[in-house]
Amino acid sequence: MRVTHRDVVCSFCGTLCDDIEVDVEDGRIAEVRHACRIGTTKFLSASRHEHRLLKPMVRENGRLKEVSLEEAVERAAEILAGAQRPLLYGWSSTSCEAQSVGIELAEVLGGVIDNTSTVCHGPSTIAVHEAGFISCTLGEVKNRADLVIYWGANPMHAHPRHLSRYSIYPRGYFRERGHQDRTLVVVDVRRTDTARLAQKFVRVQPGRDYELISALRAVVNGRKLPMDEVAGVSREDIEELAEMMKSCSFGVLFFGMGLTQSPGRHRNIDNAICLVRDLNTYTKFVIMPMRGHYNVVGFSEVLSWQAGFPFAVDFSKGYAWYNPGETTANDVLQRGECDAMLVVASDPVSNFPKPSVENMLKMPIVAIDVHPTPTTMVADVVIPAAIAGIEVEGTAYRMDVVPLRLRKVVEPPEGVLSDVEVLQRILERVKEIKG
Amino acid sequence: MKELVLRPLEQPACGLSAESISCDVFAGKSVEEIEALEVYSGNRRRRLGDFFSVSGEAGDTPGETRIVIEGDVPRTKWIGRGMSAGEILVKGSTGMYTGAWMRGGRILVQGSVDSFAGMMMSGGELEVQGDAGDYLGCAYRGEWRGMRGGSILVHGNAGTEAGHCLSGGRVTVMGRAESFAGVRMRSGLLVLGSAESRVGAQMTGGSIVVLSRTEMLPSFELVDRVSSPEIEGVSFEGVFEVYAGDLAERNPKGRVYLKVE
Repeated sequence: MRVTHRDVVCSFCGTLCDDIEVDVEDGRIAEVRHACRIGTTKFLSASRHEHRLLKPMVRENGRLKEVSLEEAVERAAEILAGAQRPLLYGWSSTSCEAQSVGIELAEVLGGVIDNTSTVCHGPSTIAVHEAGFISCTLGEVKNRADLVIYWGANPMHAHPRHLSRYSIYPRGYFRERGHQDRTLVVVDVRRTDTARLAQKFVRVQPGRDYELISALRAVVNGRKLPMDEVAGVSREDIEELAEMMKSCSFGVLFFGMGLTQSPGRHRNIDNAICLVRDLNTYTKFVIMPMRGHYNVVGFSEVLSWQAGFPFAVDFSKGYAWYNPGETTANDVLQRGECDAMLVVASDPVSNFPKPSVENMLKMPIVAIDVHPTPTTMVADVVIPAAIAGIEVEGTAYRMDVVPLRLRKVVEPPEGVLSDVEVLQRILERVKEIKG
Repeated sequence: MKELVLRPLEQPACGLSAESISCDVFAGKSVEEIEALEVYSGNRRRRLGDFFSVSGEAGDTPGETRIVIEGDVPRTKWIGRGMSAGEILVKGSTGMYTGAWMRGGRILVQGSVDSFAGMMMSGGELEVQGDAGDYLGCAYRGEWRGMRGGSILVHGNAGTEAGHCLSGGRVTVMGRAESFAGVRMRSGLLVLGSAESRVGAQMTGGSIVVLSRTEMLPSFELVDRVSSPEIEGVSFEGVFEVYAGDLAERNPKGRVYLKVE
C-alpha cells in the first residue's frame, strides 16, 4: 500500500523546504516530489540499507568488530569519561533534541563542544558579536525584497530551491509579478550558474572582497573614490552597485563561504554587516548567511540557551568559556590539546585540514552516524543512528532562525536508535562513571 | 623586592590554565601555599606544584613580588592575568593570554608569546623579545572597547589583528604585523615596523605608524605629508605620508602614518 506524506520538511540544507511529498510503499520510500535533486537523494538513501551503518562496532586489535549496543555505549563512555579534554564535534545534521543532550554531555565530561560552523559560518558569528545583525525571515524576503544580492554564494548548486521558494521567483505580497519585480545581483570570483541568472554580475578578484566592501561603504557614505578600480571592479560599477543598493525599497544581501572562508573571514562579514547598517540610512536592507547543514543554526540556538555562547564552548574548568581561536575544533586539534573525540553526524576526517586529521588519528574516536564515512572507518567505536527528519521526529532551525518540526515518514532499520537515545545512553553511563 | 622562582617540570599536552601565576595571587603566600594553588590541565584540577618546582620567597604585596619562570612554558596559559603590580620574568616562551586583563606591573618574556597576549589590558607593561601570535593587545570577543592603557612592546613579529579595537595605550611591533593590524581601533597609538595588509581597517580614531610602505585600503585618503612628526606624544624621525580613515566609517578621526623616506 502506498501512503503519501505531505508537507514533509527536507533535512538536507539550511533552506529547510517544508513542502515535500513523500510516497511510502511497504515501509520504504518509493517516490519524493518537490525536493531538489540533493534532497530527493537523501530521502531515497534512507531505504537503501546497503549504504547504512546497521550494527554498533568497537575496534579490537586494529579491526572494527560488531558488538551489542550496550558494549559500544560502555566503550564510548569509558573513552570519553577517561579523557582530560574530550572534543565533541559535528551536531549540524541532527535535531535540536540531540544537540541538547550532547551539550549536557560536554558539560558533564568537562569537554569542548563545537559544531561544523567552525569551518563554515563561524566567522559570521564572530562578526555578529562586534557588528550586530540586521536580518529578517525568508518570508519577508519573498513578500518584500526587490533587490537580492548573493555574495560569495552559489545557491543554484548548494541551495537549489532558495531562489524559487524565497528570493527571486515566488510571487510575494508586495512583489506580485515575482521575478519581474526583483533585481538579482551576484558578486563572485567566477561566473557561477547563479551569476548567469543575474541582471548584474560583479567579478571580484579572489581574496579581495574586503577591499570591495570598504569601497562600497565609502561610496554609500558619500565619498568619491580616488582610484579607478578596486579588487578588479571599476569605479563606475562600484558606484552603480551602491546606487542600486541605496535606491531599492527592500534589499537583502545573502552571503556564503566565498566571504566567510576567504582572506579576511569574519572581517569580511563584519564589514558587510556595517555596509547593510549604513544602507539603512537610505532604505530597508537586511543580511543573511546561506547556512549549509539543515540544523547548523539550531546548534547555535541550543548552545546559546544552555551555555550562553553560539559555538566552540570549553567546559573544562566547569563553566562555559568561549574564544574562537582557542576553543574552536581545529585549534584544539592542531595544538594537540584534546585526547579523545566524539563525532556526531559529521565527517571531519574528510573535511578538516590535514594537521587536524593527523592529530585525530592519534586519539580514540567515538562516531555516531547513519552512513559509513572516513571518520567512522578510523573510529574506535561506531554507533549507527536513525536519520532525523526521515526516521525520527525532531526540531530544526532554518537559515533565518525559524524553527520547523521534522517529520518521521519511515521506521529506522531494526535495532537502530535515534541520536537522542544513543547520546542519552552514553550520558547516563558517563554520569555513573564520573559519580 | 622579593623573588620567587618557578622551574617548569612538565608541560601537559592538553594545556595548562594557570591563572594563579600572578604577583597579586602570590603576594603574602608561603612556597607551600603557592605550590598548592589551583591550575587546570584539561578538565583535571591540579596543583601548581605538579608542574613547577617553586623556590624563593614572595613579597608581602604584589608590588614587592617578582616571579621568575626559568624556561619555556609554551602551553601555559593566562600567566599574569589581571595583575596589578610586581614583575614577571619568563626566560622562555609562554602560551596564550599572557598578561590578559593586566592592570599594572611589568611582564618580560624573553621568548615568544602565543595569541591573545595583553587582551583587554588597562595598565602596566608587557615586553616580548620574540614574536607574538594573533590578537596582540586585542578586545575579548564581542567587546568593541579593547586595550585601554599600558604598553606592549614586541621585538619580533605579530600575527593578525594586533591592536584589535585598541582604545588607549600603546602597542609597538618592531617587526612585521600580519593583516588587520589596528582593526576597529578607536584611540591610542599602534606602531609597526611593517604591515602586511588592511592596516587600520574600520578604524574610527587613534594613530597607526608604519615604518615602511604598505598598501592602504581604498577607503583611506592621503591628506598630508609631514617630516619628523610628533604623534600621540611620541617623536618619529623621517618623512611620513598621512592617511585619514577609515572613510567607510562615519566621522572617522583615525590617522595612518606611512614612513616613505
